[in-house]
Amino acid sequence: MLEHYLGLAVKTIFVENMALAFFLGMCSFLAVSKKINTAIGLGLAVIFVLTVTVPINNLLFNYALTGGALSWLHPDLAGYDLSFLGFLCYIGTIAAMVQIVEMTLDRFVPTLYAALGVFLPLIAVNCAILGASLFMVERDYNFGESVVFGLGSGIGWFLAVVALASIRERMHYSNVPPALRGLGMTFILTGLMAIGFMAFGGIQL
Amino acid sequence: MAGPGRKALLDPLFENNPIALQVLGICSALAVTTKMETSVVMCGAVIFVLTFSNFFVSLLRNNIPSSIRIIVQLTIISSLVIIADQFLKAYLYDISKQLSVFVGLIITNCIIMGRAEAFAMQNRPSLSIMDGLGNGFGYSLILLATGFFRELLGSGKLFGHTVFPLATEGGWYSPNGLMTLSAGAFFIIGGFIWALRVWKHDQVEEEG
Repeated sequence: MLEHYLGLAVKTIFVENMALAFFLGMCSFLAVSKKINTAIGLGLAVIFVLTVTVPINNLLFNYALTGGALSWLHPDLAGYDLSFLGFLCYIGTIAAMVQIVEMTLDRFVPTLYAALGVFLPLIAVNCAILGASLFMVERDYNFGESVVFGLGSGIGWFLAVVALASIRERMHYSNVPPALRGLGMTFILTGLMAIGFMAFGGIQL
Repeated sequence: MAGPGRKALLDPLFENNPIALQVLGICSALAVTTKMETSVVMCGAVIFVLTFSNFFVSLLRNNIPSSIRIIVQLTIISSLVIIADQFLKAYLYDISKQLSVFVGLIITNCIIMGRAEAFAMQNRPSLSIMDGLGNGFGYSLILLATGFFRELLGSGKLFGHTVFPLATEGGWYSPNGLMTLSAGAFFIIGGFIWALRVWKHDQVEEEG
């Protein structure tokens, strides 16, 4: 059992890296990777929010949205299938969770709140968060697996963004053709990193 | 066509392209472009959602309190995406399966949020529709070009029809496997941005 969860974690962190294999969260990935410090801040916030929202959406899907899910409420409701409302519910959960996480951190862990700063509210529209919830539904994970999946995808995204930020800081010393500076070069760097991460591709767990 | 409408429609194609200059909506641009077929369907879905979300947000712009505008915009956008998703599931089931989660991810496509926030909240509905169409076409331009090169070079086909006969099937073309992988998409879009900025010098970023 433990091996199953460990395997899933390694798979989501390295083999199926959110940013480099599925291109999720690319907008903020490219926008905040100019400095290592901001990259670390956003990466931590993403880990945090993913670990919370994926399990919650898992419960929401299994006990409210999927076909026959409402039968625990009343036997008459067993015939309803609300899964088409999925998108609306997931994005609602994410927006609400981000807000709650923000208020809780502000009240109880002000140092972490100050460190994350403006990145917390930005996360609500990060595709990696919604993407992880949608993958969770598509692959039919149970509650335990969805906790591991959320945490693993967060760590994977964190690694990728910090690695890209450190490479971009070194780019100051390189002579890049003017038209390729900034965004163009970042794309090519990310492509090279994606090739690097493909080395994990053959791992079977 | 009148001045501002024309400008809203044509500017996003090259002058202010959502992907190449505004850095918006990149996730889906990379993920769905391994084939032309999926790219075309994705473009259609995005143009539909973007145009109508701009229209409805603009229509309601004087009634949305600014403190809850994000969640109102998200609700409008998700409802439109649900319509697009149900439509694809009903009429184009195979392609909808291939696109998997990326139809749902149109909700968090930053182009749509970005245009609703930056344009539709300040402008009248007719102009917002033009802006939605223009940005949709600007997005499609990059998406289709990327899909074209990735399918042609990666598997020698276009829309599933063989263009270059493959060496494994008795032809002459040995496919470039890199193009079908995620890394190929990054290189192609990086190349596009390079070409666009060589052509239009004012888009070059100063800091290295």
